[in-house]
Amino acid sequence: MSVLIFIDQSEGHIKKASLEALSYGTEIAGKSGIAAEGIILGNVSEDIAALGKYGVKKIYHVDNAALNHFDAQVFTNAIAEVVQRSGAKVIVFSNNVDGKSVAPRLSVKLKAGLVSGAVALPDTSNGFIVKKTVFSGKAFANIALNADIKIIALNPNSFSVNTGGEGSAEVVKTDVKVEEAKVKVTSVNKVKGEVPLSEADIVVSGGRGLKGPENWGMIEELAKLLGAATACSRPVADTHWRPHHEHVGQTGLAIAPNLYIAIGISGAIQHLAGVNRSKIIVVINKDPEAPFFKAADYGIVGDAFEVVPRLIEEIKKVKGVA
Amino acid sequence: MKILVCISKAPDTTTKIAFTDNNTKFAADGVQWIINPYDEWYALVRAIELKEKDPSTIIHLVTVGEADAEPVIRKALALGGDEAIRVNAGSGDSYYIASQIAAIAGQGAYDLIFTGKETIDYNGSSIGGMVSELLNLPYVSLAIKFELNGASAVITREIEGGEEVCEVGLPVVVSCQKGMAEARIPNMRGIMAARTKPLKVVEPAAVDSLTSIVSFELPPAKAGVKLVPADNPAELVRLLHEEAKAF
Ligand SMILES: Cc1cc2nc3c(=O)[nH]c(=O)nc-3n(C[C@H](O)[C@H](O)[C@H](O)COP(=O)(O)OP(=O)(O)OC[C@H]3O[C@@H](n4cnc5c(N)ncnc54)[C@H](O)[C@@H]3O)c2cc1C
Ligand SMILES: Nc1ncnc2c1ncn2[C@@H]1O[C@H](COP(=O)(O)O)[C@@H](O)[C@H]1O
Repeated sequence: MSVLIFIDQSEGHIKKASLEALSYGTEIAGKSGIAAEGIILGNVSEDIAALGKYGVKKIYHVDNAALNHFDAQVFTNAIAEVVQRSGAKVIVFSNNVDGKSVAPRLSVKLKAGLVSGAVALPDTSNGFIVKKTVFSGKAFANIALNADIKIIALNPNSFSVNTGGEGSAEVVKTDVKVEEAKVKVTSVNKVKGEVPLSEADIVVSGGRGLKGPENWGMIEELAKLLGAATACSRPVADTHWRPHHEHVGQTGLAIAPNLYIAIGISGAIQHLAGVNRSKIIVVINKDPEAPFFKAADYGIVGDAFEVVPRLIEEIKKVKGVA
Repeated sequence: MKILVCISKAPDTTTKIAFTDNNTKFAADGVQWIINPYDEWYALVRAIELKEKDPSTIIHLVTVGEADAEPVIRKALALGGDEAIRVNAGSGDSYYIASQIAAIAGQGAYDLIFTGKETIDYNGSSIGGMVSELLNLPYVSLAIKFELNGASAVITREIEGGEEVCEVGLPVVVSCQKGMAEARIPNMRGIMAARTKPLKVVEPAAVDSLTSIVSFELPPAKAGVKLVPADNPAELVRLLHEEAKAF
């Protein structure tokens, strides 16, 4: 019996969300006194054994180039084979792009109970109950997993990475049957050099209060200074001031950074639905009645065009940047 | 071309979220139900666009729900689509719902099955993947663009920090999100036509749920905002740095 954690990689690099999943799965295993094991598919350029520092003891590595591109069906079958070999009863994914495609498929294949969007460790005092976000972050539901095998897809940024573990993991080169992918990836287009919004610790976001795309220079400067990703409200993306992938909210991306700085955004309920899981929310808005202040931890009532440049100067001082 | 679009009903996006019965049930009294936005704006409208290009296309809608889902499915028919099927089932988990959809899909020889990216109430983002596994079909999730190319589909989908373009033979299950199509509203002709379009009600297949909802909870209330005067951004930076340790 073990807890099996899916370690997601892209172009040979392990995703940060998977480190959270590893830490989470390891903690479940520790509490139940069973082994934590990982599974990783495709060629990897990083040191896999070093993942032992997140507590995982053994990692099945299917080092097959046919798995370098993602196909939910092929991945599901490969993982299912490893589940069988490891005898895993709990399988942990990150609820990221790949996890959202594979975890549901795997749950059907294994007749396993699935909870996606988990935000806390399972409560095993009476069954196996996992808390997840519902109503777009406006509430939580406690879900009982009643089948023998349980699959948990952990929301990114909801469990901290734990590097308390010791030593290195045993890497077991594993062969499984890999069928030909029906989904052929023809091109990959990544925004280079930027922090992906879904993985960012800090997000600086702008709304219609910024008046036009020409005013985003200060938003980008502030983001760069903080190592943050940039985001925007929906009307800003709809009017093409900013690219669509920056749109956060009910109908855009849902994010949960440590720090979310909202500038010139009113804080409509549909916007909040995508950002209300942020740990700290800072709002800069010239209208003291803006609903966003009710959801904020810190705020400045003021004109963004005056406040933001000064904020940038102050952060530079703290960071020791000229 | 035959397309099946999965439609679920969802509480209007401005609904105040509250629970009853000792926090075991969503307080649905007085709630305005809408078509789940992803199902409407992206999955259904893209299917309609495909039909406009090729009028021989047939669009079926499926919803798993009780009679109170009918106004929503009628509205979907008013937007477009040829007929609807309601699987007359009450509560069940994602596996249960996916099994009902797969049973319908299995009888229809569909080339395409569209779902929304997720429901805005349960936030499962799992039905599409489950349906694809139940039918042993390929699955492309989080699609932002969709084009037909003969017997295959060229799909652009979201990945972390960018996009990926892929090609896949039909049939395929696709979960749809922003970018797929532009939102539209039903017109009078559509609303009239929807009244006479077939809405078939079928009984659910016997399937057991694998999970159940034990209870709901609301997030703890925020402590309240700490306001910093506009002429003192240094204080905000200090608070974020020293108190919140946010950077
Ligand atoms: C079904 C549905 C789904 C939706 N999904 C989303 C979603 O996913 N994401 C989303 O964001 N929205 C969504 N919306 C839209 C949402 O309701 C709001 O209309 C939108 O969020 C408003 O964007 P905004 O705050 O940028 O603009 P506005 O509401 O116009 O607010 C601009 C704000 O800027 C402030 N301001 C103006 N000038 C300045 C200045 N110089 N300095 C500082 N502040 C200034 C104003 O006081 C105001 O508060 C959705 C709506 C519906 C109906
Ligand atoms: N009860 C339902 N009936 C029909 N389709 C549904 C139902 N629930 C969910 N779906 C479809 O599955 C998608 C994903 O739902 P979920 O996995 O619950 O987030 C939705 O966007 C719908 O397209």
